Amino acid sequence: MDLSYTPEEEDFRERLREWLGKVLPTLPPKPSPDDWPARRAYDLGWQRMLYDAGYADVHWDASPTMRLIFLEETEKAGAPYVGANFVGLLHAGPTIAAEGTAGQRARWLPPILRGEEVWCQGFSEPDAGSDLAALRTRARRDGDDYVVSGSKIWTSHAEVADWCELLVRTDPEAPRHRGITWLAMPMDAPGITVRPLRTLAGSAEFAEVFLDDVRVPIANRVGDENDGWRVTMVTLSFERGTAFVGEVVACRRVLGELARQARANGRWDDPVLRRRLGRLNAEFRALWRLTQWNVSEAEASGRVPGVGGSVFKLRYSHARQELYDAAADVLGTESLDLDRPWVLDRLSSLSYTIAAGTSQIQHSIVAERILGLPKGR
Amino acid sequence: MRFQLTEEQRALRDTVRQLLVRRFDDEALRAAVEAPVLDRGLWRELGAAGFFALRLPEADGGVGLGPAEAVLAFEEAGRALLPGPLLATHLAAGAVPGAADGSVVVAAVDGSGLVEWLTQADVVRGDAHGAVPLRSVDPLTPLHRVPEAAGAAVVTGVRGATRPPGAKGSRTPPHAEPAPLGAADPTAVLLTAAEQLGSAARICELAVQHARTRTQFGRPIGAFQAVQHLCAQMLVRVEVARAAVYAAAVTADPVDIAAARLLADEAAVRGARDCLQVHGGMGFTWEAEVHLHLKRAWVRTHRAGGGTESEELLAQDLSTGVDGHGAGLRTR
Repeated sequence: MDLSYTPEEEDFRERLREWLGKVLPTLPPKPSPDDWPARRAYDLGWQRMLYDAGYADVHWDASPTMRLIFLEETEKAGAPYVGANFVGLLHAGPTIAAEGTAGQRARWLPPILRGEEVWCQGFSEPDAGSDLAALRTRARRDGDDYVVSGSKIWTSHAEVADWCELLVRTDPEAPRHRGITWLAMPMDAPGITVRPLRTLAGSAEFAEVFLDDVRVPIANRVGDENDGWRVTMVTLSFERGTAFVGEVVACRRVLGELARQARANGRWDDPVLRRRLGRLNAEFRALWRLTQWNVSEAEASGRVPGVGGSVFKLRYSHARQELYDAAADVLGTESLDLDRPWVLDRLSSLSYTIAAGTSQIQHSIVAERILGLPKGR
Repeated sequence: MRFQLTEEQRALRDTVRQLLVRRFDDEALRAAVEAPVLDRGLWRELGAAGFFALRLPEADGGVGLGPAEAVLAFEEAGRALLPGPLLATHLAAGAVPGAADGSVVVAAVDGSGLVEWLTQADVVRGDAHGAVPLRSVDPLTPLHRVPEAAGAAVVTGVRGATRPPGAKGSRTPPHAEPAPLGAADPTAVLLTAAEQLGSAARICELAVQHARTRTQFGRPIGAFQAVQHLCAQMLVRVEVARAAVYAAAVTADPVDIAAARLLADEAAVRGARDCLQVHGGMGFTWEAEVHLHLKRAWVRTHRAGGGTESEELLAQDLSTGVDGHGAGLRTR
């Protein structure tokens, strides 16, 4: 067991730090969270800077450890998040890279890396959430096109996306998982209506997307017709254990800030609160170690950690909520003031045990696929 | 970064596991519960296998391995519910003659004022004068309390015996050396966490085994989500604790060790509770192995300062951490 990094890895870290130190001060000010076009421009601009410096494909080609270092250092330096590039870099892009034709790869991948095109995800539907395979958005062939009708929900960046990775039902008679197809839908096609969806935190972080006879060229299909479920699952755990690296680093920073705030306002003298912060320190240290463990495993085996990611996500999503609940106790009545730090983060943290597989679904995955318990009901 | 067990570490873990399966099987466990007398043959065998001398330098006749290997050995001991003052004897290797090879059994006065296995030990470290026996909650861990030491952060032991060692008829062993299990001994905390981890992993397996085979309403109870989720939570706690304990063994940083202890205590105690619940009525019986894990886990939570001290250490670390980040954002 070794937690030290190789000279090559340390060198990568050092050069990255230097570069970040140079470029971050040149960034334009962060746009308002409600200004979607400005957010798009900002996120794409950052991706372009990464591209020019040779870091654009770190999510695709670098070893898991290099990716860990990249995410750790960018977070520590306060660099922008992946933002609007998320689906392109971490889901649609890897899917096209793995399952697309040469022509599809040449058309779609370079603009993602260069920060020119934004992708969004059209998977969930109002009646297909945890049970994604229940999706009903219909696609019928008509000449060289699929004609698509239905609705999608929880689609981040839909307002500003160029493309949507879309799951549609092409064979309603087939068993649920066998009648699904993966399409790249241009977001400027006629028949698409985007309705922003306001979250409990007050901002419009995602949207509902209504599709009314939208024509998508058959040439935009990745993988075979009715093979979309497999195509999607191939890259579902693409990030190989590094999905939450930046967030764990950020949580540890917040914890340090909370301790300072508690000292400043006297709440540090409350041993119950103080020890609770100590326990959270243990929690996030352990989550960092579990990240390193999973990354090392991916590195050694060359495989994705797969369901091991469920173990991490279960604990992390809960810990993050505990962190911001502790923050509220440090703040006291100030925790009711939306202009105070951490208050919006506390609201956002409520999505963590729901998004990307609820904790209940994750528990079932761990029970059935790791522990080998019989299929639940 | 290669934060995984090496081939050698896997081999060491397997060797210890096989030794314990062979020498301390279910039957031996049952016998020990009914009559908690130390098996000195097994103790010497553990000594011969290097269990106590694991971290002692080769020049001093030890195995010359590090905390990581000791953690793996203690994890196996926790898994097997191996009785005896394993920690005190391991920590005495090199300091108390005979401890390293298992020919001498060493007990120690803990910072909590408790002494495990006092009357069965040949040597006790720390001042155990006036020690009175408790009716120990754990049938596999005889306990004494030293009244004046109770609650003290550090026990100031006296070198050598201040009264004749083991006066005739008495089973009180001679004293030697200041107490090594002071509240702040990070190695004691780390190895205790390793035992908790082994126990937590074992009870998760026991729960899963039971959930797969026990049938109610015409199906294995493991097919019910309520039971599945209890088992999944046990595994999550084990895996998080494992990462923390192994990392603490690598860095030997007292703050990492404190974190490991909190997570391992949680995995063992809450895990045993959930395992008991999954076993239903059988879990409440003397026969089922579950209660032994729970009771031992309770005993271990009180060793070397207890969880409160670890929480305080981790809290202090938040405001003193590297480059104002707290939480020690070191790259290692």
